[in-house]
Amino acid sequence: MSDLTRLTIAEARDLLRARKISAAELVEASLAAIEAAAPLNAAVEITAEQARDAARRADARLAEGDAPDMCGIPIGVKDLFCTEGVRSQAASRILEGFRPPYESTVTAQLRDAGAAMTCKLNMDEFAMGSSNETSCYGPAVNPWRARGSDARLTPGGSSGGSAAAVAAGLCLGATGTDTGGSIRQPAAFAGIVGVKPTYGRCSRWGIMAFASSLDQAGPMTRTVRDAAIMLRAMSGHDPRDSTSADMPVPDFEAALTGDLRGKRIGVPREYRMEGMPPEIEALWARGAEMLRDAGAELVDISLPHTKYALPAYYVIAPAEASSNLARYDGVRYGRRAKLAPGDGVTEMYEKTRAEGFGPEVRRRVMIGAYVLSAGYYDAYYLRAQKVRTLIKRDFEQVFEQGVDAILTPTTPSPAFELGAMAEQDPVKMYLNDVFTVTVNLAGLPGVSVPAGLSAEGLPLGLQVIGRPWEEGPMMNVAYAIERAAGFDARPERWW
Amino acid sequence: MAIDKDTARRVAHLARIRVEETELETLARELSGILEFMEQLAEVDVEGVEPMTSVTPMALKRRKDEVTDGGIRDKILANAPDARDGFFTVPKVVE
Repeated sequence: MSDLTRLTIAEARDLLRARKISAAELVEASLAAIEAAAPLNAAVEITAEQARDAARRADARLAEGDAPDMCGIPIGVKDLFCTEGVRSQAASRILEGFRPPYESTVTAQLRDAGAAMTCKLNMDEFAMGSSNETSCYGPAVNPWRARGSDARLTPGGSSGGSAAAVAAGLCLGATGTDTGGSIRQPAAFAGIVGVKPTYGRCSRWGIMAFASSLDQAGPMTRTVRDAAIMLRAMSGHDPRDSTSADMPVPDFEAALTGDLRGKRIGVPREYRMEGMPPEIEALWARGAEMLRDAGAELVDISLPHTKYALPAYYVIAPAEASSNLARYDGVRYGRRAKLAPGDGVTEMYEKTRAEGFGPEVRRRVMIGAYVLSAGYYDAYYLRAQKVRTLIKRDFEQVFEQGVDAILTPTTPSPAFELGAMAEQDPVKMYLNDVFTVTVNLAGLPGVSVPAGLSAEGLPLGLQVIGRPWEEGPMMNVAYAIERAAGFDARPERWW
Repeated sequence: MAIDKDTARRVAHLARIRVEETELETLARELSGILEFMEQLAEVDVEGVEPMTSVTPMALKRRKDEVTDGGIRDKILANAPDARDGFFTVPKVVE
């Protein structure tokens, strides 16, 4: 692997502007790395031609001297984003062969900023999963391995391909989406940085919808600075997404000072879960210590409804999914099941959806249909939306008390083995989201930053939760952890 | 609340997902397990609490009610599994 693939976005930006390297070289290095990384199963489509064209345009802009930060940077795009003319199927059989005639707003903004998409990335089907194992392409594989083991580990999910690609140097950054933790959990499992912005910061237009009130796109990168650079290019108001916020996009990178004097960081006692592995607890305590050293004041806080976040999420998200996924009916795009003589429209829908959706998506769509159905709506859906109000209120009260950001672990464990959950009941997998899901329910920004290694040598992440619209100050807290932890471990190449 | 085989059949139909008779037992068990997990929500006192309807406090933007797009029939049909003469094609609906 060439050194060019190990550059951070910030380093590459500076070298490109100084004309010490070219976008063409960067893109070729990314394409070569992707080519050599087939065992990771991270890239599901390689977009070499488009990437080379983008690199040519980027080099021309760089020569003119007015290139934006992302100009010439090779990136990967999660398969959930519609990319014009390029296969986009949310890792689902039901969208087999779908080539969108349009580009999502976020990827259009990245393209217009000069970034070069080199590949589409693996994920859990329709972003439903925490291990990448629900993908119709088979799971992406984590470039990390436990010390002395060659067992294949999950890169997490749903943005598992994005996490694996960035950690393994296939691209300098990748887009992810996060509905319950789908950026932050894989970032933690792969030892990279992942930001889930405030709900409304990035346009959802052209991103296949899972749960519209929870979904947000965000950057996955190797450093906090890179996440700040990439997030800026992804953010902003879009008239085509009525929930995207019409407010200025700040220079997130400018907020990264590492100075936390005068800042109050909350440590929520309800996140101290029973049975939490000691190494996660120790990491959390070390994180608090790092922030104290950077000048912050650590305060104990309470978020009393935390326990109910996961069950509320697993009512609300499937309910929204059952509605959003109703569009996959075998008529307008994707796959249609082979019909028997005499089959009508209903059989076409039912057969198409039975063979097009994988088991987890089928389960969630049916749960969603159930909790929205007459007689159960009040007991499940309406109650869950009320609990959601309470969860959001918990955070609002803490922020009103002057807390600037909140520190928690990102996940209850390091990456686990692929297949380990196969025989478990679905709820066991849902527990992966226990620390991340509250953030989506409350619409807040959250970031996972690598902070250390487990006893087996696997990356562990800490999560910083910010006030609404304060991604910059939030990333500054993550930046202080990044600097103090000095996390520079890389997966040893085996692929 | 446990889901029985009949409810599982009904839910599958509501979701327009074909489930074979032989798989209904398993499905009912899986769905029941998930619903059991959600039962915890019944413990929460939600008296007087408004259900969340907007994630961030913002007024929905309005725009002029006018056509902003169109004339792209072939683009729209390009991904259809079956399209003929400028239309999406489906099995016969009316006898």
